[in-house]
Amino acid sequence: MLNKYFYRLYLFLLGVTFVTIEASLYYIFILSPVEETMGIIQKIFYFHVASAWLSFFSFFIVFISSIIFLWKKEKIWDIVAHSSAEIGIIFCTIVLITGPIWARPIWNAWWSWDARLTTTLVLWMIYMAYIFIRPFTENEVKGAKASAVFGIIGFIDVPIVYMSIRWWRTIHPQAVIASKKGGLDPVMLKTLIISIIGFTFLYLSVIILNVSIDLIKDELENKK
Amino acid sequence: MKNYFNVIWAIVYKDVISEFRSKETVSSIIIFTILVFVIFNFTFEPGASYINEISPGILWVAYIFSSILGLNRTFLPERENNCISGLMLSPIDRGAIYLAKMIGNMVFIFIVVGLSLPVFTVFYNINIFLFLPKLILIFFLSIAGISGLGTALSAMAVNTRTREIMLPILLFPIMVPVILASVKTTSGILEGKTLEEITSWIKLVIAFDIIFIVVSYLTFEYLIEE
Repeated sequence: MLNKYFYRLYLFLLGVTFVTIEASLYYIFILSPVEETMGIIQKIFYFHVASAWLSFFSFFIVFISSIIFLWKKEKIWDIVAHSSAEIGIIFCTIVLITGPIWARPIWNAWWSWDARLTTTLVLWMIYMAYIFIRPFTENEVKGAKASAVFGIIGFIDVPIVYMSIRWWRTIHPQAVIASKKGGLDPVMLKTLIISIIGFTFLYLSVIILNVSIDLIKDELENKK
Repeated sequence: MKNYFNVIWAIVYKDVISEFRSKETVSSIIIFTILVFVIFNFTFEPGASYINEISPGILWVAYIFSSILGLNRTFLPERENNCISGLMLSPIDRGAIYLAKMIGNMVFIFIVVGLSLPVFTVFYNINIFLFLPKLILIFFLSIAGISGLGTALSAMAVNTRTREIMLPILLFPIMVPVILASVKTTSGILEGKTLEEITSWIKLVIAFDIIFIVVSYLTFEYLIEE
């Protein structure tokens, strides 16, 4: 019964995802203008920012569902947290890959230890550690509780890391990032918003699929 | 309330006494710390002028790596002899176990710091003892953060199959703010700055300590219960 419901929701979300992603691709590659100074490489920005938004969003979901899991002790919240963390890691990896591809021609360096870059890398490492806890824990229940605690601690740490790294960089000033806000062409802004919406629907449909697969696995495990 | 502190004291006393008799943890951490000092020495030319700038970094790398050795052992003896069940069966608050283990770790790390700082002073030719009162404050705050978070994550890592490697993987990314602040404050003090000049970093460590000790205290129960 539950699975039937999930399946219908999944099909619906998949349809919406398909339409919005297609629309965003059309906007990115056809409608939006080529940026004057950066050229065609600027188009990676739409994927980069949308992935960054998604990774933060999915880690926020990990945080919320970890709290609910410790509070209510219902297994579904553990599954949601883990599925969300897996998706978040994938999008965070995309951010860390598309960033340097853009930076190489624009900054003339693959990587700079700028505050935002360093925070994203630390974020990636925190959630890789999160993913590691459960498979390596001997007892499944303990693993679920431990990863829930880590999901909370990790998310609280991110703003603190961001703050500390900013202070660190103000002491060592650097030729910094071109400001991404301000003067953004209206079509570009529209493109960005559409791609963020498309990616968000992609996240929703993947997490529905991911959670339902994990529920089936769980059911199978119980029937053994 | 008095009973609460008695519980904490009893566990700390037990840990310190058993460590004092076996000398397993502290002696290995000290050797490791000194080894890190020696190995870093090979990364620069003798008498190089930039040593003063990078030595706070070396000092903290040594302490952070070596404290992992101690933190890893927080729950290992309890687990090996199944003493953790005894602790869990006794009618005490789980938070008290956490605080006691954290204080125990702080004591061990402080013993290591106290014994290895003279070695550092000799090897790197920096008279750390001139700035001792300020440094003790900084060390206290940073070590409280390391042990506060490390104790909770150690309870998490002890249940994993790869526990020795798991703890640093869990701990280091979370600890980035403390690592940065420790290095920044230590180098500030060694340059002769006053506490007011490094106050933003001190505030950061205090905020980190409070947040993570409180969160660990509240969630510790979930980490050790069966």
